[in-house]
Amino acid sequence: MFESLSLLALQQYWWVIVSILASLLVFLFFVQGGQTLIYTLGKTEMERKMLVNSLGRKWEFTFTTLVTFGGAFFASFPLFYSTSFGGAYWVWMLILFAFVIQAVAYEYRSKPNNFLGQRTFEWFLIINGALGTILVGAAVSTFFTGSAFSVNKLNLTNIFGAGSTTISAWEGPAHGLEAALNIQNLSLGLAIFFLARILALLYFMNDIDDENIFARSKKQLLINTVPFLVFFLLFVGLLLTKDGFAVVPEQGVSPLLWKVKMEPFKYLHNFLQMPLVLIIFLVGVVFVLWGIIGTIIGKCKHGIWAAGLGTVLTVLSVFLIAGFNNTAYYPSTYDLNSSLTIMNSSSSKFTLTAMSYVSLLVPFVLAYIWYAWKSINNKKIDAREMEEETHAY
Amino acid sequence: MENFDMTLIDWSRGQFALTAMYHWIFVPLTLGLTFIIAIMETIYVKTGDEKWKKITKFWATLFGINFAIGVATGIILEFEFGTNWSNYSWFVGDIFGAPLAIEGIMAFFMESTFIAIMFFGWNKVSKKFHLTATWLVAIGANLSALWILVANAWMQNPVGMVFNPDTARNEMVSFWSVLFSPTAINKFLHTVTSGYVLSAVFVIGVASWFLLKKKDVVFAKQSILVASVFGIISSLFLVWTGDGSARQVAQVQPMKFAAMEALWDGQTNAPLVAIGFLEKPAPPKTEGQYQEKEFAFKIEIPNMLSFLAFLDPNAYIPGVKDLVNGYTDPRTGKREPSYSEKIALGKEAITTLKLYKEAVASGNAEEAAIHKAKFDDPDWRNNTFKYFGYGYYTEETKAGLLPSIPISFYSFHLMVILAGHFLALFIVMLIFSLKNRLEKMKWLLYVGIWSIPLVYIASQAGWVLAELGRQPWVIQDLMPTLSAVSKIDASSVQITFWLFAITFTTLLIAEIKIMLTQIKKGITGGH
Ligand code: HDD
Ligand code: HEM
Ligand code: HEM
Repeated sequence: MFESLSLLALQQYWWVIVSILASLLVFLFFVQGGQTLIYTLGKTEMERKMLVNSLGRKWEFTFTTLVTFGGAFFASFPLFYSTSFGGAYWVWMLILFAFVIQAVAYEYRSKPNNFLGQRTFEWFLIINGALGTILVGAAVSTFFTGSAFSVNKLNLTNIFGAGSTTISAWEGPAHGLEAALNIQNLSLGLAIFFLARILALLYFMNDIDDENIFARSKKQLLINTVPFLVFFLLFVGLLLTKDGFAVVPEQGVSPLLWKVKMEPFKYLHNFLQMPLVLIIFLVGVVFVLWGIIGTIIGKCKHGIWAAGLGTVLTVLSVFLIAGFNNTAYYPSTYDLNSSLTIMNSSSSKFTLTAMSYVSLLVPFVLAYIWYAWKSINNKKIDAREMEEETHAY
Repeated sequence: MENFDMTLIDWSRGQFALTAMYHWIFVPLTLGLTFIIAIMETIYVKTGDEKWKKITKFWATLFGINFAIGVATGIILEFEFGTNWSNYSWFVGDIFGAPLAIEGIMAFFMESTFIAIMFFGWNKVSKKFHLTATWLVAIGANLSALWILVANAWMQNPVGMVFNPDTARNEMVSFWSVLFSPTAINKFLHTVTSGYVLSAVFVIGVASWFLLKKKDVVFAKQSILVASVFGIISSLFLVWTGDGSARQVAQVQPMKFAAMEALWDGQTNAPLVAIGFLEKPAPPKTEGQYQEKEFAFKIEIPNMLSFLAFLDPNAYIPGVKDLVNGYTDPRTGKREPSYSEKIALGKEAITTLKLYKEAVASGNAEEAAIHKAKFDDPDWRNNTFKYFGYGYYTEETKAGLLPSIPISFYSFHLMVILAGHFLALFIVMLIFSLKNRLEKMKWLLYVGIWSIPLVYIASQAGWVLAELGRQPWVIQDLMPTLSAVSKIDASSVQITFWLFAITFTTLLIAEIKIMLTQIKKGITGGH
């Protein structure tokens, strides 16, 4: 059935899948957000234990989603994989490092004789929570602000001259760290950071049966919503007013060779020219606000679901305007025509088709995750369970 | 080689080797221990005997400690293909990325979901459901091994793809030939069974310690029984698939094969070196030359190598020198080009790509078509393009096309000798276990404990052979490490190398301490 799709349709399909994985990832960042709050919300050892265990039963999903996001991006848009990872080396290495230390922290935190001590493992969680969210946010923002790199496939044939044989090159010594100097990148990074904390607070209120934690979470909710809104609105404002990287289609010319030029208000245009995406965006934002405000003023304990769904929709729409409507999703400010588009950076039609069949497994995977979780999660975490549970972190 | 930064390449290789070898400390135990745990839990569910539940939980705790650090070391590998081997990611991402993505979707989610049930579900779901979850964790872990090993096997024996000059990369044309290539099948079976053997030795070693300390004696004996049976079956399979891997190597990576037997001169009726030591000093290595190390001592089995490789005692096995200088198989009359010829052919392939790209860029359709026709011609692909990767070398740098012979030789022989040791260990353990005389066999119990480090060494040796033996190829004959590497400063890679070396070592120490503490607590003391 996928065989009958055109290459372009497959590329779009895969851009949607990658976008969905990214938006699920941002939602699941509530784990990271929660990790930065363990000392803020947990004043006693038992409270911290409840917080850590509440997150500890979910962290693998965030982690595995990140891994799958990487794999899916690799399979569908390998040129992004090689250009961004190989170029923005330091950003990605720091992100990875933050996830390496997270993976052991839960399991080792409260085990006797754990060499580094419980505090250290808790700090691993905090570092992961802060670095992971801010850097991923900043890295995603470069989809709109661009980076200084060049791509030249002819380099592969540099066997007689002195030039490098590497196809893509980062033009600048900071290898990605320079992205942190851009205000728009920073604002998205911080917006994601505060959003993750908000989602975590909502999640704790839903998952933990403890009055103190509930009360503190509610108070923190307001404290984190203000900076979130400031940074989010700053990002959106800059996005809608900035020049964007537009692809110029040329009849009869291979899309591999289409040129890229700057277009004023490109991302605003993308929203207006793809009204469905605009609606997804607006609905998403409304849901996030509804989840937060409903919890602050109402007695609702399920804000996580509204805010979570809202997060997924908002991030999805942001990814869609980055890649669709003849836009270069990974633009180069150094050489416009090196910019990556979903047309010039994708895998072959064959691979995309084969992988599309694999993607049919995703609903099935979601179903068993759902089922498995329902079967062990029908009760909230409380202090008694923590004392009885044989496998507590 | 002015245009290749060898420092960068070496550090990138070092970083990959470091992180992969760390990952491989933890993965094999995951692969096998899950099955052993699942077998134990099955016994529990079948008999309803609470003792087996305790045994299951004890091993599951050790599994959890190992698993966490396995995950921590895995994520880095996946992204390293992009960060450190960016050219590689483009050149073959089309094929290589697919198994990686499938691994995430199919295997990792399965593992992480059902692990949660395995750990937190004891009092929350039914016995049957819990048991199913445990089996699914085992299957999930082994599925993840399948996909990553398919990817790795494809690098050793690239099949099912054609080169597309427009995108300048290899594109998949047959998913099934990638998945079912004989290299992939052998690699998968041999590698997972090596994980089972490792886990069986691990269980036996830990249980031996209990017996020596006279702690949890019943539990230890039962664990040894399960593990030694599991170990014998796995070992037999391991030797069989190892033999299959060797045969596969002989066919698709003759240089690795010659290196692992240190066979300098080709011959028909080649003997197998059972045990041997290479002479140490050799003439100083000058650019463009290779070092020869003859045997100082060896015990050979006549005709065996020819038989192993081609199931024919008279088969001709080319040696290192033949592969470098070119040779004609005396029996089939087939001629294999020398490295110098292959370098020339590789340069022709690369140049054709360059001319084609330049013609397209300048809009010269006529000329573009001439070059394009070559890429469409199967003959040219099989006889010229096939050596694309050699084109990055020159007469002066030809020595870089050889893997290290001593490393390949010793790692292979170490692995094979140890395989014999483990099989014997399992059999002896089983015999004394059935006679119920294990506690009295102090020496045997010590051997059991000391086999734990040995099995880790054997396992690492296998990968050292597989990965160093194929040097310099990242993709056999198509892409050497030289042209696969990202364009970054060597100093950046040095920093991350040390960052990971220190982090992983620290975490390893933590892991071992926690593990030992849990073991000391024993089955009755811990949970
Ligand atoms: C407990 C560990 C262990 C033991 C005892 C053995 N192996 Fe092994 N071997 C591995 C663990 C391993 C491994 C770690 O799983 C490797 C690394 C790469 C691979 O495919 O499997 C491997 C690779 C490997 C290769 C290289 C494959 C390649 O380059 O693609 C060969 C030829 C063999 N093995 C052959 C054998 C033989 C003939 C054995 C015994 C008679 C044997 N191995 C025992
Ligand atoms: C976990 C088990 C593995 C271990 C212990 C291992 C070990 C090694 C070692 C020792 C090297 C040699 C470094 C050098 O000198 O160049 C290496 C290189 C490499 N391996 Fe593996 N490897 C493992 C699995 C894999 C797998 C599954 C893949 C691919 C899917 C892979 C891909 C590579 C690559 C790309 C390199 C760098 C290029 C090269 O040097 O050839 N490895 N690995
Ligand atoms: C160089 C190639 C490799 C890459 C890129 C890689 C990648 C990864 C990643 C990203 C994880 C974490 C998954 C999670 O989120 O749970 C992981 C874990 C795992 N990998 Fe690898 N891996 C490699 C080599 C191997 C090999 C050779 C095997 C087995 C033969 C293997 C088997 C596993 C298993 C069983 C796990 C589960 C966790 C554990 O180790 O205990 N991997 N790997």
